[in-house]
Amino acid sequence: MKIGIITFPGSNCDDDVYDSLMRSGGFELTKLWHKDTPELSDYKLIVLPGGFSYGDYLRCGAMAARSPIMEKVIEFAKRGGLVIGICNGFQILCESGLLPGALARNLSLNFICKDIKVTVETSKTPWTQTIEARSTLNLPIAHGEGRYIISEEDYQELIKNGQVVLTYQDNPNGSTHQIAGLCNKEKNVFGLMPHPERASDLRSKDGLKIWQSLKSFLGQQS
Amino acid sequence: MKARIHVFYKDGVFDPQGNTVEESLKKMGFSRIKNLRIGRVIDLEVDYPSKEEAKREVTKMCEKLLANPVIESFKHEIMET
Repeated sequence: MKIGIITFPGSNCDDDVYDSLMRSGGFELTKLWHKDTPELSDYKLIVLPGGFSYGDYLRCGAMAARSPIMEKVIEFAKRGGLVIGICNGFQILCESGLLPGALARNLSLNFICKDIKVTVETSKTPWTQTIEARSTLNLPIAHGEGRYIISEEDYQELIKNGQVVLTYQDNPNGSTHQIAGLCNKEKNVFGLMPHPERASDLRSKDGLKIWQSLKSFLGQQS
Repeated sequence: MKARIHVFYKDGVFDPQGNTVEESLKKMGFSRIKNLRIGRVIDLEVDYPSKEEAKREVTKMCEKLLANPVIESFKHEIMET
């Protein structure tokens, strides 16, 4: 199962994702550079990792969303390819229009770096199909701009389509309706502020549950 | 020609930075204030045959990159130099 991990200038979780997926086993991992425009059709998953792409200039993820490889990623996603954006990757997905809404400055104005609890809202996605709905995951967050904003009208669409995947139990950044992670209507694009790759070893292994779900989903596909 | 672009969070989007600065001003005794918002100013030089075309193109730049229409609004002015 071929997985591509994109490095933008300023990405700093690309190696962590690589390491975490490698230890999870069964994946063939390739690192991709933001300026390249490779053919993505033989990939099973594209990862947009966390970090501070382009130094968070203008808005977090704004510049990365317009980088050459993102045209390929958008094409890939529109054809149904699986794409996950973690933290800065989530911001890039929103900036590129692959996910609705936007991420703004945390209400507290603080950069928040701590372990938090999220509720898994649905098992009906490739990302959570082996995780029980309403269960809790312990995952770390580390961001200054993680306040997810969406209009009430668009939020009702998310609910109708089962697109809200993760919600904060103790809303640390002031996100609309505690949203910590969501997917597109088709469920193949997933963005989340918490870092599953940082919860795959000693402290918490809950991040691995997302990779396991993914593996199970991809296994059914092939 | 020069263009000056102002980008702000939309009215409905809470601006924590603006709110904090407003609270500080109030604590300093400036009580007759409200709705302080902090935005971004972008200046650039542009070279288009007419002011109208410059306006159109700068609007496109705002829509495509300089502002995020989900949470931000923008306005701009074109100045002859």
